[in-house]
Amino acid sequence: MTKYKKLRNPKFTASNIILNIVFILIAFVCVFPVLLTIGISVADESSIIAHGYQLIPEQFSFSSYEYIWQAKDTVLRAYGVTIFVTVVGTVMSTLVLAFYAYAISRKDFRYRKAFTFYMFFTMLFGGGVVAWYMVITTILHLKNTIWVMILPHVMNGWNIIVLRSFFTSAIPDEMIEAAKLDGAGEFKIFFSLVMPLSLPGLATIALFQTLGYWNDWTLPLYFITKPELWNLQFLLQNMIANIQKLTENAGGMYSVAQGADVPVEGARMALCLIAAGPIIIVYPFFQKYFIQGLTVGSIKG
Amino acid sequence: MGKGETSAVQEKVIVPEVTEMEYRPKKVKMPVGKRIQREAKKNLPLFIMLLPGFIFTFIFSYLPMFGIIIAFKKINFVEGIFASPWNGLENFRFLFTSSDAWTITRNTLGYNILFLALGLVLNVALAIGLTEIANKVASKVYQTMILMPHFLSFVIVSYLVFAFLSTENGFLNKTILPMFGLDPVNWYTNPKPWPYILTFVNFWKSVGYGSIVYMAAIAGIDTGLYEAAEIDGASRAKQLWYITIPSLVPLMVVLTIMNVGKIFNADFGLFYQVPLNSGALYSTTDVISSYVYRMLAGAGTSSMGMAAAASFYQSVCGFILVVTTNYIVTKIDPEKAMF
Repeated sequence: MTKYKKLRNPKFTASNIILNIVFILIAFVCVFPVLLTIGISVADESSIIAHGYQLIPEQFSFSSYEYIWQAKDTVLRAYGVTIFVTVVGTVMSTLVLAFYAYAISRKDFRYRKAFTFYMFFTMLFGGGVVAWYMVITTILHLKNTIWVMILPHVMNGWNIIVLRSFFTSAIPDEMIEAAKLDGAGEFKIFFSLVMPLSLPGLATIALFQTLGYWNDWTLPLYFITKPELWNLQFLLQNMIANIQKLTENAGGMYSVAQGADVPVEGARMALCLIAAGPIIIVYPFFQKYFIQGLTVGSIKG
Repeated sequence: MGKGETSAVQEKVIVPEVTEMEYRPKKVKMPVGKRIQREAKKNLPLFIMLLPGFIFTFIFSYLPMFGIIIAFKKINFVEGIFASPWNGLENFRFLFTSSDAWTITRNTLGYNILFLALGLVLNVALAIGLTEIANKVASKVYQTMILMPHFLSFVIVSYLVFAFLSTENGFLNKTILPMFGLDPVNWYTNPKPWPYILTFVNFWKSVGYGSIVYMAAIAGIDTGLYEAAEIDGASRAKQLWYITIPSLVPLMVVLTIMNVGKIFNADFGLFYQVPLNSGALYSTTDVISSYVYRMLAGAGTSSMGMAAAASFYQSVCGFILVVTTNYIVTKIDPEKAMF
């Protein structure tokens, strides 16, 4: 009996089959909303009005995407803002974070504990949103500038911890000692020795920051009132209530095209997919680094 | 044995003497100013590396910490944080005499405690389930799909939720409810179902992410334990119960402690975007973070004062909670303390 059990392929035991069915259901629940959204975006407006949102519409139509195409200036502009903020923010913050994390990862640096605590304390206590808002608006005067969507998210305590663990595990102290004996300066050591060796760690942090910047809607919510500085997420947030505004921003040029035949329902979901698309397509490829970074940070930190 | 002992004793005697001899005169001779100078020169490049991060942290974290006194002031945007006139406890009086204070506190703590407890069970269960699946490719595919919602912003999530809950065209009202012969529901004006909706959305988005760390921990368990259990005739279920789960307990404790401190910080996106900031739902969806934002955006002096008071209340309670849990942990098991 036991022998028979061992010989059986574990893939076909009853418990494994049940487990697989359960997971197929869970995975389906996770993906279904996106599929439904795709269905809505390619549905004909009249079939939505008759049958509501459907996974597979009765009548297909690409009028939603055509409608968005009319407002391409607004959408592309928001895309441009998002891309600029994401690229500049990611490069800048990865560098700042790496410098800081490297310095506090050096065991021979006398003040590493003090600087670690200086950063760690911000993870325990904060001044709250109102004080933060006042600092940014009344001291820094950053309201309605593109920098307000970048600078507040440059430093991040959690990412520093992750990076520090990467540095301590990837770079042996002896290597730095040897490089110093050879007469290399700290910056030379950092750029030509530390950075290449901890590339996976830096890639992970850059990934976290890219996601953070790409998906951010809180900073524009607090600080941006000018429509030309809306990023993609914030444009989306403003359009859920009234998608017709999308073409109003274009200066009334398309007011003729508006009216009863605006595919309101479909266009809303089409815009949502245009914003979410890049991440959904790309994330399976960087998932590995993401998981890696998460694991290192929480187990060693 | 004997040999080793004597050499150890010798070392113990000799080593401190030498270091003290070397160390003491230096300490006495070197004046403080010079020492700092020498230290600064030696570590100058490292200090330069620390500088940008130091400045960013100072501006965006430490200045607001000092700025927390705004809660005791009459907010004036022209004069800024430090020049605004003092207001005593007026802001707090406004906040705590309104019924909002109780609603947002109850919602914030209620949801977060629920998420914490339920999250522990769901994350661990998902991690165990995913590692138990025999076919590794299938397991990877499931994980990829379950992780997908984590990468979407809450604005996108609010659209996805809207596709289900829209009163006129929503998938629930038009497809699911009619299947069971139920009447359509006005989801965005009826606060009653929202605790369930928000809990569901929260775990839909976060469970894949939450299970990653546990999966890594399971992968790190010594396989010898399972082999030994197998030889002793323990079933797979018994192995899970007596080996896997006990091995995860330390991690569960650490993560729970870390999250207890954040109990006052409800996820702004979940509670602000997903209910579409619908006023009719505040009784079950409003939390401190969303309340603070709304009051701040309200732009009246008294509403801003209330925002400042609520945000002060949130920061201070959160901090007390972190320090207290850490203190308790230090008493029970110092190894697991955060600081």
